[in-house]
Amino acid sequence: MTTTTSSSPSISYLRFLGRVVVLAFSGTWRFYAWMTVLTAIALVGLNAWGHQLLNGMRVTDLSDHVSWGLYIANFTFGVGLAAGAVMMVIPAYLYDDHDMHDVVIIGELLAISAIVVCLGFIVVDMGRPDRMWHIIPGIGRFHWPVSMLTWDVLVLNGYLLINLHIAGYLMYQRYLGRPPRKRWYLPFVFLSIFWAISIHTVTAFLYQGLGGRPFWNSALLAPRFLATAFISGPAFVIVLLEVVRWSGKLTFGDGPINTLSRIMRVTVLLNLFMLGSELFTALYTGGAHGSAVRYLFFGSHGKHALVPYIWTAVALNVTSAVLLYLPRSRTSKRWLLAACGCAFLGVYLEKGMGLIVPGFVPSTLHETIEYTPTVTEWKVTAGIWALGLLVLTVAIKVGLAVWTGRVREREDGAARSADGAALGAEEEPLRDQHHGT
Amino acid sequence: MSGPNRRVALKVVGATLGAGAFAYAAQPVAQWGAGLSLEETLRRHYKELTPDELAQILRRLEAETKEKYGVDVRIDDIPAQEGVSFGYALNLSICIGCRKCAEACHQENNHDRRTNNSYIRVIEMEQGSFELERGTVDYDHAVPAPGKFYMPVQCHQCDDAPCVKVCPVEATWKEKDGIVVVDYDWCIGCRYCEAACPYHARRFNWREPEIPADEINPDQAYLSNRIRPQGVVEKCTFCLHRTRRGLLPACLEACPTGARVFGNLLDPSSDIRWVLENKRVYVLKEELGTRPRFFYFFDE
Repeated sequence: MTTTTSSSPSISYLRFLGRVVVLAFSGTWRFYAWMTVLTAIALVGLNAWGHQLLNGMRVTDLSDHVSWGLYIANFTFGVGLAAGAVMMVIPAYLYDDHDMHDVVIIGELLAISAIVVCLGFIVVDMGRPDRMWHIIPGIGRFHWPVSMLTWDVLVLNGYLLINLHIAGYLMYQRYLGRPPRKRWYLPFVFLSIFWAISIHTVTAFLYQGLGGRPFWNSALLAPRFLATAFISGPAFVIVLLEVVRWSGKLTFGDGPINTLSRIMRVTVLLNLFMLGSELFTALYTGGAHGSAVRYLFFGSHGKHALVPYIWTAVALNVTSAVLLYLPRSRTSKRWLLAACGCAFLGVYLEKGMGLIVPGFVPSTLHETIEYTPTVTEWKVTAGIWALGLLVLTVAIKVGLAVWTGRVREREDGAARSADGAALGAEEEPLRDQHHGT
Repeated sequence: MSGPNRRVALKVVGATLGAGAFAYAAQPVAQWGAGLSLEETLRRHYKELTPDELAQILRRLEAETKEKYGVDVRIDDIPAQEGVSFGYALNLSICIGCRKCAEACHQENNHDRRTNNSYIRVIEMEQGSFELERGTVDYDHAVPAPGKFYMPVQCHQCDDAPCVKVCPVEATWKEKDGIVVVDYDWCIGCRYCEAACPYHARRFNWREPEIPADEINPDQAYLSNRIRPQGVVEKCTFCLHRTRRGLLPACLEACPTGARVFGNLLDPSSDIRWVLENKRVYVLKEELGTRPRFFYFFDE
């Protein structure tokens, strides 16, 4: 490969990063409006978290009975979202689906953003985030391999690094105008497939391994986690692909969306089947082991806080399954998007509040203490999702600009004499394209 | 060329407003950060401290207690005794459910007064059933009530403790004498142990404990009843600040019926050994395989 620049690779890489930053902060008014709204929500969350740090976690509705709630529920769902993105990588690399290959970078960027969300929820759930360094291997006291939480630290951060490497390497090579070398990314891609399964399995094992919590202590938990991940992941990606298509930054066929919706047609049914199997075991057998399920679906001791959540979740999951199997959803984007919306929300409710909280109700001594998230908890939660969307927006904006060759090293080299003009030149076609759609 | 100029001006205004909003939003986080002490944040794990470092920390904690609560307290590091392995048994036939044990725990262990916290929960059970679901902790009538029996539950100091297994930072561990302890200054507050414990034995400090100065128990130990910081987990330590000095746990001393038996499992002549060898013993949730050191027993 020949390049016109005479600068060293490290200078070239720094310039690449510099242009990425510039790109992340410039765009149309729509982009600015979107980023402003997200930043505002993120700041509201930051402020609420600060109050939680100062006053203690009493500002949440958590208690010694229900000691994990909205934060851990969102964390669990986020891990599924990160793992679900692998449903683009598998078709692209294992089945050589060329259409998927054109958009697979979006899945990798989604995985990165989802992991940021997960890490955010872990940090805000900690009573003492100032002692975070205690959990760094080699520096703190890392209770590995006994504690499943240490496994989660490894797999989540590992998944983040693997995806940062893959996406970063592929984009940088595009930027340089060089074909990527297989040995620098293919092994990592295959590793990431295995790793995606592992992050959600380990997260399920976190709960599944607790003998004192019969609601979680089921061998079906990890398979259910994966099935739901492969609903929420593809559902989000389909919506995301439609947004990208609408923005006009990338043109692609319907292949990827068809593949993803085919995957969802399998996983929505699989999930409903496994849920039914769990319900049957708990309700038909009877006894105290089923009391969490009875509380979740029907309420007990006159307490019903989770009943609306779980029935909404079931309704949404069933609706999404029906919609996905209607012939209309194969021809009409609107129907497909509705199905994806239902599936995403349904899994969010089922796997979040519907999975974490009933693990604690009734408590281990069979007290029925309820939990309803406070405004502070919702603010922090909204803030973290906004942060995740900020990361995702910037990643996709920058990623697609590089991916489609709108930002290249050669332009950069030519621009060195007049850098202001070069930036404008790189931006104009972007904006034109945008207004054209 | 007013276009680009206007855009630049808008960006400058936007950036200024953004920075202002950030500064405002981050204020509580900054305030929290300013309240942390570097010395405390960077200190090593209890087991890695030299005797000098530990002594220094104990004196610092005493000074901090004085500053915060206005009381002179003594915080010792009391190691496990050689040849001692503690066990605890409770006679379900004579416990009347008066909750004196829970109250004694509350005072002895410097619990937060507002939450009326205690490491012991007393369950009123239905005669003829060991089903926890049919029991209640919220009873509010004269005891013992007809048709009921009472089962106080506290940390079982399990030999295969789920709480110790799950802790990601080894902030909780089992001592040589069988007591499961927490280093309150190492705990990160993830509450995984609280989720793992089958006996509802762990408590989290949802806020800074509040105790009037004249009610504070000044005889404290690092690993047991010193006043806990906000945001960490705590638990029953079989009153190690007493029992490692040859005293009995506060809950036992408070019991009006003599239902509680505490002692050294390695001493063949101890009361606890006699109970385990001669009485019918029940282990709560034995099927979970946690191997508790807390036993229930019955008279004939």
